[in-house]
Amino acid sequence: MSGETHYDAIIVGGGHNGLVCAAYLGTAGLKVLVLEAAAQLGGAAVTREFHPGYRASAVAHLLHLLHPRVIADLKLTQHGLAFAATDLPTTALLPDGDRLTLAADPAASRTALARFSPHDAEALPAFTERFNRLAAALGRFLLKTPPQISAAQWQDRRTLLEFALSLRRLGRRDMRELTRIIGMNAADLLDDNFESDALKGVFALDSVLGGFLGPKSPNSVFNLLYRAAGNVAGRQNGLIQPKGGMGAVTAALASAASAAGVELRTGAPVEWIRIADGRAVGVVLESGREISARHILSSADPRRTFLTLVGPEHLDTGFVRHVRGIHMNGCAAKIHLALDGLPEAWQADPEMTAGRLVVAPSIDFMERAFDDAKYGRVSEAPALEVTVPSLHDSALAPAGGHVLSIVAQFAPYQLRETVAEAARDQIAARVLAALGTVAPDLPDRVRAQEVLTPQDLERQFRLTGGHWHHGEMSLDQVFLLRPVGGFQQYRTPIDGLYLCGAGAHPGGGVSGAPGANAAREVLKDHKLPRAA
Amino acid sequence: MSEQYLRETPFHDRIAAVASAQSWERWQGHITAVTLGGMDREYFAIRNSASVYDVSPLIKYRITGADAARFVDRLITRDVARCAIGQAYYTPWCDDDGKVIEDGTLFRLGKADFLLNAALHNLHWLRDTAYGFDVTIEDVSAEIAGLSVQGPLAQTVLIAMGIGGLERLAHMRLAETRLDDRPMRVSRTGFTGDLGYELWIRPGDASWLWDRLMAAGALYNVLPIGSAALNHARIEAGFILVNVDFISATYALRPSQKRSPYELGLGWAVNLKKDGYFIGKRALLAERKAATPRRALVGLEIDGRKPAVDAFIYAGKREVGRTTSAIWSPTLKKNIAIASIAGDQALPGTELGIEIWHPKELKIERSMVGCRVVHRPFYDPPRKKA
Repeated sequence: MSGETHYDAIIVGGGHNGLVCAAYLGTAGLKVLVLEAAAQLGGAAVTREFHPGYRASAVAHLLHLLHPRVIADLKLTQHGLAFAATDLPTTALLPDGDRLTLAADPAASRTALARFSPHDAEALPAFTERFNRLAAALGRFLLKTPPQISAAQWQDRRTLLEFALSLRRLGRRDMRELTRIIGMNAADLLDDNFESDALKGVFALDSVLGGFLGPKSPNSVFNLLYRAAGNVAGRQNGLIQPKGGMGAVTAALASAASAAGVELRTGAPVEWIRIADGRAVGVVLESGREISARHILSSADPRRTFLTLVGPEHLDTGFVRHVRGIHMNGCAAKIHLALDGLPEAWQADPEMTAGRLVVAPSIDFMERAFDDAKYGRVSEAPALEVTVPSLHDSALAPAGGHVLSIVAQFAPYQLRETVAEAARDQIAARVLAALGTVAPDLPDRVRAQEVLTPQDLERQFRLTGGHWHHGEMSLDQVFLLRPVGGFQQYRTPIDGLYLCGAGAHPGGGVSGAPGANAAREVLKDHKLPRAA
Repeated sequence: MSEQYLRETPFHDRIAAVASAQSWERWQGHITAVTLGGMDREYFAIRNSASVYDVSPLIKYRITGADAARFVDRLITRDVARCAIGQAYYTPWCDDDGKVIEDGTLFRLGKADFLLNAALHNLHWLRDTAYGFDVTIEDVSAEIAGLSVQGPLAQTVLIAMGIGGLERLAHMRLAETRLDDRPMRVSRTGFTGDLGYELWIRPGDASWLWDRLMAAGALYNVLPIGSAALNHARIEAGFILVNVDFISATYALRPSQKRSPYELGLGWAVNLKKDGYFIGKRALLAERKAATPRRALVGLEIDGRKPAVDAFIYAGKREVGRTTSAIWSPTLKKNIAIASIAGDQALPGTELGIEIWHPKELKIERSMVGCRVVHRPFYDPPRKKA
């Protein structure tokens, strides 16, 4: 090959984790190439036009996990990262037209909640404080490489020790509480602490967002802890509307990567990873072009990485068995509505409308919605997380118009008896019906809609199973067990091949943590003498 | 008929008719003979005339499909590219960690057509290993009956019976033939380390084959045998037995009890240079980089006459291993054993001590004697391959 550039590292996939990883490696002086299949960088974290003049964050629409150290290390603020709104309130829209708003201001939440339950109004602040404290103990490990259990390396021993210490530092009572609740189901925990259905419904939704589980499923509390482990803009468990949508976050990451000397190429889908003598040596694009590098990092999900890009013929039977066994039945549909105006009741309360709106009136409502998914059906009555990003960013919709960005649960990837096309129609119709119950004049204002089922997400964003998190965030698939036991340190059975996406620790969400952690491990190996 | 707990092999009626010892055991769900009329006679038939042993309970997997050769190459440690059509390959296969799941014999029937003979069930492992490969794997155990004819007169008897072309059939080769217009596959394979063949037929032809063989063999002292005599012969031949001389990686409860091919003396059957990846290759490469294997499976010649069954082995005061199979060899007139010992004691010629406990008139006596590491096989007559 004449004049072909050789790279230190090639990153497959230009999503947020791929870009974070690239920026770290570029900053460390490596020659890095990012290959993104789509015409636009950002992977699933992009802002796209879905109707002339109307744009929305294609998948995730709220920021709550982006790690402050990633923001600082990569100087993302200088690269254009800005928040349209922080500390968004959450409002539960109830079927009878009533509402419960939980705001960042504890006093306001307390007053609002007292109408539903004086008991809960009193209990919530203490519960939140303690829950956040427990979550923060886990949050310290978001940017650490999970240790190996047979810890021969002093680094592994140190992480294990830190993990134990971090739990111990909580004090005996909190440590006991954390170990008690981490595997629990959210419904039990909520019933133990609260009596108001409206409040419990909000938590119940958060305990299952993006996953294939109900609030009564084991370890749904862990999802709540994981959400609360994040800390953006100085606030734990806070919700942020990024300026310009999620695409602006990845634009800032791309800018940081570029500034670090990273070469970014779009419209360059990788078809497979070349393995020679048991080592990843390069990638082959769908165009047939081949590019080589010393390190290959995949931000694609583990199933796609190992079974499609690498291929089982390079892997051991037991490992392939584990990878095939990763649970990734995506359940969240994303729906974007182009409105010619907001419902009247919402216009009257702009502060509420600018926040996060939730249709999840009770634990049982959530669990029933999951029951359908459990048996391969779209929920009869789906639960919704709704935002109106155009309120924060007028560029997202034409004047007078608005965008509704909706996460709907559950529309399972694994359907029984329903074909994918029918499932798309079902979730669209049911989401509109659900919105109609809380805002009767809303359906008439819809000018256009985009419906993305997990099947669509898989097709458009190459997410296996349409799973946002590249694999369920359950206790059997996190920390030491992500993506599979024994390979939690970003390295894979193939020398020179690494995982840097959400399928690796700590997991899903726009956190940048897997990318940052993978970069650190690659840099360690980069310093080692090259294998002959 | 009373309820049956064990299945009968296709040869059962014929064997039961001559099994005066009535000494039975179970083998893969079948009732099979330990001895028919006396183990000593049966053993000497293997070494001095010809023996007949029913191997029908062996598990057989038929592997076909466009990727069959690629798949088998992925499964086993040897290089399938070097296995000709009509050749039989003895080979181990390993798990992810390069630990032996089992060893068996692979028949290459065609370019993309294989038969894998195994002692244990492997279908789950085979199917999972085939993920992403265009192959069909079927358990055809019940569709094939087998009779093993072993001993110095084996070839003579089979030729007398009318099977053609045997003179040209080399060791570890197969021939497809017909006799009395019935299809038969002949492989020059066996578990005795002697001249021998295995005849593979349709189960419905079992009685016919038995009667033909016995008629042809009457002049040559052809003797049906049971597993006890065979076990003596296979130890002399140095053949190892899964879950006797080593624990299958699938069944081992403690990781320390799993063994790599190198630790079983099967390093010769591992081709680290063959094209493509095979299961366990990464682990075996890493193991190869380390100096000596952790464990070794060796042959021992032991002083005295007491068979060293389940005996501990010492290097000075240090306990270094244990015997896994042990007999007094009537042909060699030697006390021999297969033993699992520490890797650093495995060089042939190494002198060790062995502690043998043996019963003597309702007492258990202990004798501490010398032994030395020797090459396996203990017994390897030229006629096996001639």
